Amino acid sequence: MNTTGATMGILRSIAAGVVGLVLTAACGAGILSVLGASPLEAYRWIAAGAFGTPEQVSYVLTAWTPLLLCAAGLLLTFAAGVWNIGIEGQVIFGAVFATGLLRAMEPGAPAWAGVILAGLAAILGGGMWGGVAGALRAYGNVNEIFGGLGLNFIAGSLTVYLVLGPWARPGIASTSGTLPFPDRLWLPTFAVPPLVIPGETLLGLAAIGLVAGALRGTQFGLRLKAIGKSSRAAYIRGVPVTRGLLWAFAGCGGLAGLAGFVLVIGAYSRHQLFPLISGGYGFLAILVVLLAGSNALAGILISAFFAAVSTGSLQLPLQMHLDSAVSGILEGTLVLLALLMRGVQARLVPGGR
Amino acid sequence: MGAAPPVLFAVLGETIAEKAGVINLSLDGLILLTAMAGFAAARATNSLLAGFAAAMAVGAACGLVVAAGSLTLRQNQVAVGFVLMIVCQNLAYVLGNPIAHVPGPQVPYTPIPLLRHWPIVGPLLFNQDPLVYAGVLATAGVWWYMFRTQPGLTLRGLGERPAAAFARGVDVIRMRYIYTLVGGALVGLGGASFSLAVKPGWSRPYGIEGTGWIVLALVVFGNWDPLRAAAGAYLFVLLQTLATVLQSLIPSAPTQVFPTLPFPLMILALLLVTLGNSEPVRRLLKPLPVGVQRRVSRALRALQASPPASLGIPFEPE
Repeated sequence: MNTTGATMGILRSIAAGVVGLVLTAACGAGILSVLGASPLEAYRWIAAGAFGTPEQVSYVLTAWTPLLLCAAGLLLTFAAGVWNIGIEGQVIFGAVFATGLLRAMEPGAPAWAGVILAGLAAILGGGMWGGVAGALRAYGNVNEIFGGLGLNFIAGSLTVYLVLGPWARPGIASTSGTLPFPDRLWLPTFAVPPLVIPGETLLGLAAIGLVAGALRGTQFGLRLKAIGKSSRAAYIRGVPVTRGLLWAFAGCGGLAGLAGFVLVIGAYSRHQLFPLISGGYGFLAILVVLLAGSNALAGILISAFFAAVSTGSLQLPLQMHLDSAVSGILEGTLVLLALLMRGVQARLVPGGR
Repeated sequence: MGAAPPVLFAVLGETIAEKAGVINLSLDGLILLTAMAGFAAARATNSLLAGFAAAMAVGAACGLVVAAGSLTLRQNQVAVGFVLMIVCQNLAYVLGNPIAHVPGPQVPYTPIPLLRHWPIVGPLLFNQDPLVYAGVLATAGVWWYMFRTQPGLTLRGLGERPAAAFARGVDVIRMRYIYTLVGGALVGLGGASFSLAVKPGWSRPYGIEGTGWIVLALVVFGNWDPLRAAAGAYLFVLLQTLATVLQSLIPSAPTQVFPTLPFPLMILALLLVTLGNSEPVRRLLKPLPVGVQRRVSRALRALQASPPASLGIPFEPE
């Protein structure tokens, strides 16, 4: 192992990361000044909104978890070389199944049983929906982008129907969501003064660790990577391609479902099902994995960064009359610049990489 | 009929770009951004023309990013497009914030004097705003260009077999750039048609979220043929209109479910078109008598959508 080479590689990545961040901040500044807003002030508010108080940090951790879970799932599908655009729908289905189970639960049953069962139901729901996307691709020859999209749309319509129909709040059926769950059904938090860490964060970290381990150390992971590199070569070598793909989709769907579960009964969530519950976390996780590649540690750090920026940006509408979508601009631009820089690097460096 | 131009222009634009071999996944964000840009520009200059021009410029610019990212920088087209979608969508929301819920210029309704008094066809076709007429003309124009002219043949070649076009002296990369920009500009025209005619103004959320994805699906549904794609566009708009009608006819159903239905339905239509020729379906058809089998498979094959062979695949001149 060429340690100097490896160190140089890491240094180069860090340098690239810094350049990317600086360029992104510059682009963001340009856009903000078009609107007449001070970029420094905006960035300061974002930082304050993310780390200002311990409560804010808890919110960041809350936003971090669905990203971690979805990114973990996407590591599987990207390893297998497919684009799981349907991830948003899988998050929704996880949330729907979790809500359904909790609603069906007897009032007297122990809370912890309900929570665990809801989690399992969420994995089942999301995994099933992911499986449908995978089946459409494997058996129906449907491009996974459109299949995933269609399933996203169906999941969206289903949620609206449930929230306004069978699961409507008694009295006023409104799109603000179903009846919130009683607090005994919320996920626990851990106090590490002065921080309060939502329980689900540990779940997210565990998930991504597990997936990274699986991809690196198990035969399942090896198979997925083989399929990703060349499905034809894998097939010839006896790798069960169809089954591998289906499991990748189902696995990603299951993890996405867990994200939905966390969004519904996490410690700081709204504790209810509502339309658009997936909140764009799935797509944001795609951005994370695009940036991180197959590096799980990078994925953890990048999703933390994105979670901080997204949470911090929520301050902007209040403090500066800016739309909180500024976070999306920053995150998207960072990934876009990274992609473009990679391309430039490949073209300029003779012999490329 | 009146609501179709935005989707129509966008579909035509993306069909051109994809026919040349470049897929622009940023459509869902791009339509939002061009709608906002068109409205903002029109409002700032009080000129509709400026609005449309601005939107088309934005559309072309995004097309440029996709083209540069994938043709010159050789990154995955799906990746570049997807990330650009996120950027465009968020840009639209942030930059559009100051002009949300604000009135602005609108495309006037211009009936064609004599023709509109024709018995049935008249009010339907000739009683609309200029965008509708432009849409029909554009569809015909694009079709004619693609299938009846020499440059159109080159365009089709770019998407199918760029190597062959290259061998004949065509600068593949440059032409792909051009067509992606043109496609982007048309998408921009569609976006502006939303904010300046069909759904005037701007807000967050704007309400057309998801339409860009449908446009991408419509291009596939249309088998990369402008006429069929246009038919798909009209079908989608028809579904949306039906949804509103059904809503008022069935007040007991939860509101807001119907407007979301055209989206999955359109994708289902797409799936039908794609699934029709897959293995399991073929196996299902086996037990049928041969004559029926042949007729069904011919019908399915006619419906089938097959992409330009080199769509999304980078071209490397040796």
